[in-house]
Amino acid sequence: MNAVVPQGRRPRHLTAGRIGIYAFLATAALFFLLPLWIMVVTSLKPMEEIRMGNILALPAAMTFEAWTKAWSSACTGLECNGISVGFWNSVRILVPSVILSIIVGAINGYALSFWRVRGANVMFGVLLLGAFIPYQVFLYPLVRIFSLTGIYNSLTCIVLVHVIFGLPTMTLLFRNYYAGLPIELFKAARIDGGGFWSIFLRVILPMSTPILVVATILQVTGIWNDFIFGLTFAGRQNLPMTVQLNNIVNSTQGERAYNVDMAATMLAALVPLVVYFVSGRWFVRGIAAGAVKG
Amino acid sequence: MSSVSVRDVTVAFEAVQVFDGLSLDIQEGEFIVLLGPSGCGKSTLLNAIAGLLDVAEGQIWINGKNVTWEEPKDRGIAMVFQSYALYPRMSVRENMSFGLKMARTPKPEIERRVARAAELLQITPLLDRRPDQLSGGQRQRVAIGRALVRDAAVFLFDEPLSNLDAKLRNELRVEIKRLHARLGKTTMVYVTHDQIEAMTLADRIVVMKEQKIQQIGTPDEIYHRPANLFVAGFVGSPQMNFIKGRIENTGEGLSFLSGERRLSLAGYQFAATPLPGREVVLGIRPEHLKISGAGTWPGFKVDIVEPMGADTVIWCSDGAGSVQVRIAGSRRPAPGESVTLHVDPTEVSLFAADSGERL
Repeated sequence: MNAVVPQGRRPRHLTAGRIGIYAFLATAALFFLLPLWIMVVTSLKPMEEIRMGNILALPAAMTFEAWTKAWSSACTGLECNGISVGFWNSVRILVPSVILSIIVGAINGYALSFWRVRGANVMFGVLLLGAFIPYQVFLYPLVRIFSLTGIYNSLTCIVLVHVIFGLPTMTLLFRNYYAGLPIELFKAARIDGGGFWSIFLRVILPMSTPILVVATILQVTGIWNDFIFGLTFAGRQNLPMTVQLNNIVNSTQGERAYNVDMAATMLAALVPLVVYFVSGRWFVRGIAAGAVKG
Repeated sequence: MSSVSVRDVTVAFEAVQVFDGLSLDIQEGEFIVLLGPSGCGKSTLLNAIAGLLDVAEGQIWINGKNVTWEEPKDRGIAMVFQSYALYPRMSVRENMSFGLKMARTPKPEIERRVARAAELLQITPLLDRRPDQLSGGQRQRVAIGRALVRDAAVFLFDEPLSNLDAKLRNELRVEIKRLHARLGKTTMVYVTHDQIEAMTLADRIVVMKEQKIQQIGTPDEIYHRPANLFVAGFVGSPQMNFIKGRIENTGEGLSFLSGERRLSLAGYQFAATPLPGREVVLGIRPEHLKISGAGTWPGFKVDIVEPMGADTVIWCSDGAGSVQVRIAGSRRPAPGESVTLHVDPTEVSLFAADSGERL
């Protein structure tokens, strides 16, 4: 006879398997957090302490000196203005690139999913194919084209490159989202007399908030982390933060200032980090939207 | 003058052609219901009339004007969808006035028309709400209101009640009928797969199957004189009974013969008198079978009894097959009871066994 009468919530028992899973998860979390930990503590230590080699230890004499140096006076080659120059360059590249690529992607996705454009599927196929060709293949031809048109090594040039290379992803993202909206909404708007732009602006765009957020997250992190396009197309005046970071880390005379390098790296990673933390849920949704419905 | 005229229309989906020259004439003020199972092309036809689908061949005329190449907004139509299709980010008022705004109607005129439509549909208190704050029935009311403000000559309904529960469906069905009566000269084209909606609403029903019109007629004609086996089986619940047999010439005229069963066809209106020996299918509606003491066919036993409140449906079988009989709800014969079925030859339908066409 069973003494306990089953009723209400079923009791949960901690099994060996469950303990194993938690142990694995904790270890994995520690493993991935370790580099971040080392970077943070190292950036807060003076050089004397770093030389002692206790890489995991908390700073004994905590100082933000490395951070201020990395921001405003670390040397990139001959100039010693810190990584702040790169930060503002990145912002100037980021803002127009994100806005333009999202606008173009949204219009593309809208046209492809609602208006039966002739050859829409072929066009979309070609666009997607473009997304799978390695970027490096495009570099040289693009450099030639931009030099011919005379905009090579300028802000316009780098923004244009980001918009072009964001096109496949953005179009795919918006097309899939719009494919999920009821087609009857579009039909109703057509009967109500809406044209291409008025339906887009008054009916479709107001319903696009979730996907606009997702697109912004993807583009902000993607463009901020870009290195090779910035290096190739932006020109010396507009080098983004990632390139500046590389220059700081590689142009050391004498002793390597690990604390400054770490601080500079943290500063460069700050924008994507903030985006991830603030928008984790949306970010996951964006990845799912791209992967599941494609 | 006909209000909507579909002339030899063919619609092409990529490589697939549907309709293959379909024609349909709808009179002004008429309530037409396109009825058929899913995939029969009824919604495609409606979309073609609305201009949401391009036709590959043929013409579409609305109010005496060839609108084949016109944009949906220029066809003088309004449309109500199954999923309501309300603009989610606009209030009810904005939803209803969107079309008028697009047409640059003066503001006072927009307000006047919205107020009138809202009053007609009793949605005035909802005007400042958003669609997601409304129930399904209210949403469909708003969708009808949005169509109403367009002052269109032709209303197109694409299964407007299919997303609602049974009670609301009945309520709104009556309301649509009342609306049609009140608007007077407005033509309505209504797509549904629900035969009750078709029977109750329509002036004429167009029964469709596999992109072809099977029969056009008043609800009475469709119900009592179905043009073929498909129409006979699709309309009516419980379904019409079908009995296979053949025509024989007995002494006193033509008779229907199926095994032991015999039915004199004196009084049946043949479209064309068939030759004796022809294989046929006899169709009898459950309510046209009577269980009486003295009758046409003895030897049936009650198999299953389905009480439905207002009436009772009993399944009777005689070894060779079973038929459904609808009797008054107050009667409850016991299973196993012997019954004799009485058939009135003027109320049956005869179909050719090979083509399925009515004889």
